[in-house]
Amino acid sequence: MPITDTNAHLSRWPFRRVANDDPPSLVAQLKRLAITEAWTGSYDALLHRDLSAVNERIVADCQRHGAGVLRPIGCVNPTLPDWEEDLRRCDEVYKMKGIRLYPNYHLYELTDERFKKLFAMASARGLLVQIAVMMEDERTQHPLVRVPHVNTAPLIDLLKQTPKARVMLLNGFRAVRAGLLLRLQATRRVWFDLSTLEGMAGISRILKQVPADRLVFGTGAPFYIPESAVLKLKESKLTKGQLDAIQFKNAQAL
Amino acid sequence: MGIEKVLIAMGRTPHLADPTPAQLVEKNNDMMAALDAFPNETLGLVYVSPKHPAASVAEIDRCLKHPRVVGLKLWIAAKCSVPAIDPIIARAAAHRATIHQHVWDKAGGNNVGESKPEDLAALARRHPKVQFIAMHSGGNWERGLRALRTVPNVSAEVAGSDPVAGFVEMAVRELGEDRVIWGSDAGGRSFASQLAKVYAARIPDAAKQKILCDNFRKQAERAMRFKQK
Repeated sequence: MPITDTNAHLSRWPFRRVANDDPPSLVAQLKRLAITEAWTGSYDALLHRDLSAVNERIVADCQRHGAGVLRPIGCVNPTLPDWEEDLRRCDEVYKMKGIRLYPNYHLYELTDERFKKLFAMASARGLLVQIAVMMEDERTQHPLVRVPHVNTAPLIDLLKQTPKARVMLLNGFRAVRAGLLLRLQATRRVWFDLSTLEGMAGISRILKQVPADRLVFGTGAPFYIPESAVLKLKESKLTKGQLDAIQFKNAQAL
Repeated sequence: MGIEKVLIAMGRTPHLADPTPAQLVEKNNDMMAALDAFPNETLGLVYVSPKHPAASVAEIDRCLKHPRVVGLKLWIAAKCSVPAIDPIIARAAAHRATIHQHVWDKAGGNNVGESKPEDLAALARRHPKVQFIAMHSGGNWERGLRALRTVPNVSAEVAGSDPVAGFVEMAVRELGEDRVIWGSDAGGRSFASQLAKVYAARIPDAAKQKILCDNFRKQAERAMRFKQK
């Protein structure tokens, strides 16, 4: 059965060397876990300002080493001059499925007019917008780089104003609390990846709040150990329909 | 998930950060009721507090009479380096009980009574013949493991943090495979995410066996044998 990982990264986590942080090793690791496709961004996008080069490298590395598994996802930072050109290249040149945003590392809120413009333009192009709600537990961050969670509440109104928009929240379950989670999933245009889902039989528990057609498989690899996400699929008792939806069908339909 | 025994402590939720003596008794009664309800799956820890040394010693004596209470749990009522804890440690050692101390080192600062790995290292140096278990290894484990590596009577437990790559490898590299112990921190954490830390670690299978089972079993069996004398 196919497995689509919606949340993988290339390059180096800025604060630690981790296993499999080179493309061939990452691909080998994902293949060992029977992951057939991985939507892949780059950790370079967190702090580098030449995002045009970052996106170019993601594409090149995915082509050179991806072995049919890695699928590039570019990054756009709307606080940078001429971010519109990065967006255009992601869509027209690289033919990407979507873009991945790191608002907390790039110092903007989802109420920022520049983000609203990016959101509207990306959605008009039919691009999925992935938002990394957090990258690391705030309690373990480097003291020089204390990054808060992204406040995703503004998406509720923004989605009303942007009928074509589709949003995927990455690493969201620690940061998005129950009330907001319910409001976001009620829009029917927000998907959630499982990489930071915790608690015993976490998928079974979250299915009481979020239907299976809104959940997607994601590892957060290589910073997060991808075996964690794979084991979560086994920790909960899921129907074949739920499992198929979470493992690949929801992602492939996007 | 293949887990044979779950070590439980602190009674029903909500967990009490600074329990009174009466609340310690209540929480420990909860714990022992759970042991009796699930006799094949559980072992227990008696919840104690350095704020109440006499009451804690009494609870150790009371609860360790239960055949499957093997140790004690210290959380965040007071830092574990305070001298008031010493009678508790002495009593636990007399029972050969396992000693589990929560330690975190949060980027945003700890709670008032919350111990850092350095606090446990100081306590362990005062009691060099007693074995301690550093729960969570400080959470911020790159700092925590450094604080513990030169204190041979402390083991690093790896539960209760996100399953980020490298934790178990560093613990084995710096403390040795005999001083690393697995835990889940369930129900707050997923068994899956915590097992993955060991399953995916780039260490020999024999080391994984020690971490997942043998290292803690040795400590628990010592407590069980002492009960039978």
